[in-house]
Amino acid sequence: MAKVQGAIVVDIERCKGCEVCVPACPTQVIELAKEVNGKGYHFAYMANPEACIGCANCAIVCPDGVISVYKVKQSA
Amino acid sequence: MDIKDIVKEENLVYKKTPLMTNNVLSYCPGCGHGTAHRIVMEVLEELGAQAETIGVAPVGCSVLAYEFMNIDMIQAAHGRAPAVATGIKRCYPDKYVFTYQGDGDLAAIGTAETIHACNRGENFTIIFINNGIYGMTGGQMAPTTLKGMKTSTSPYGRDLGSMGNPLKITELVAQLPGTYFVTRQAVHTPAAVRKTKKAVRKAFDLQKENKGLCFIEIVSNCNSGWKMSPVKANQWMVENMFPFYPMGDVKVDGQLVIKG
Repeated sequence: MAKVQGAIVVDIERCKGCEVCVPACPTQVIELAKEVNGKGYHFAYMANPEACIGCANCAIVCPDGVISVYKVKQSA
Repeated sequence: MDIKDIVKEENLVYKKTPLMTNNVLSYCPGCGHGTAHRIVMEVLEELGAQAETIGVAPVGCSVLAYEFMNIDMIQAAHGRAPAVATGIKRCYPDKYVFTYQGDGDLAAIGTAETIHACNRGENFTIIFINNGIYGMTGGQMAPTTLKGMKTSTSPYGRDLGSMGNPLKITELVAQLPGTYFVTRQAVHTPAAVRKTKKAVRKAFDLQKENKGLCFIEIVSNCNSGWKMSPVKANQWMVENMFPFYPMGDVKVDGQLVIKG
């Protein structure tokens, strides 16, 4: 079966660390970083990148539109 | 598979629409305004109507909407966005015209303009963001504030005896003959965002067919006004706002939806 592998890219400097994307992720990929960005917000990042399926749920709920989503199908 | 192999232009599934500018949104972290802005712009991108749309920004948190929406926009006096949109639509009947208003703007100072624009059946779309509070000025009580809800001007909770009842303006305008499509949606989960986007798309399609006024209420959070974290504010919204402001269509194709 073809496996779907996704990845997100967060625009770190625009992320406000609101955490809305974290419960929206069905596979618990996203967490807030311990580090902060230039404005002092804990930005979102992929803590568990292998589990990402590229469903774009996080990007759809992100109020600031900082998440870009990429997806590939791997044929095993 | 390495992330570098996935993050390539040809594998892109979703990114911010170019109809949103690159200005950093002035909203608080987690505010539903950003999502609502993006949905409207994504619909206009689908319609290919960037150059065919005129938006009217309100007074309130979203007063700077013209900084973020990459379309032609005008900013109206407090509550007067439906009146300004009426003029624009009558001058340019072929353009898409919409107003984007908050509850302090639409349901308080702009009640007269809203109700009369709806009653005349003006052919534009109203996007109404309801968070039950005056967010921009410091969280004062709005007409849409729930019973018992604490705000900076009702610190012991809204008392219906002295402060009146919360106003369901969406149900009110649905009663008027001029409205064609009236619905209430939210933007707190991916599923809700997708439904809202469909409703906005439907409203713009109906506007093209000159069917009458389409009114979309988006129940949203105001985490800084409600003094909660964004995720908690969304939970509070589901538990407290949704029972009073139920989700779903109120009027479809000019007929009231009867809920049994």
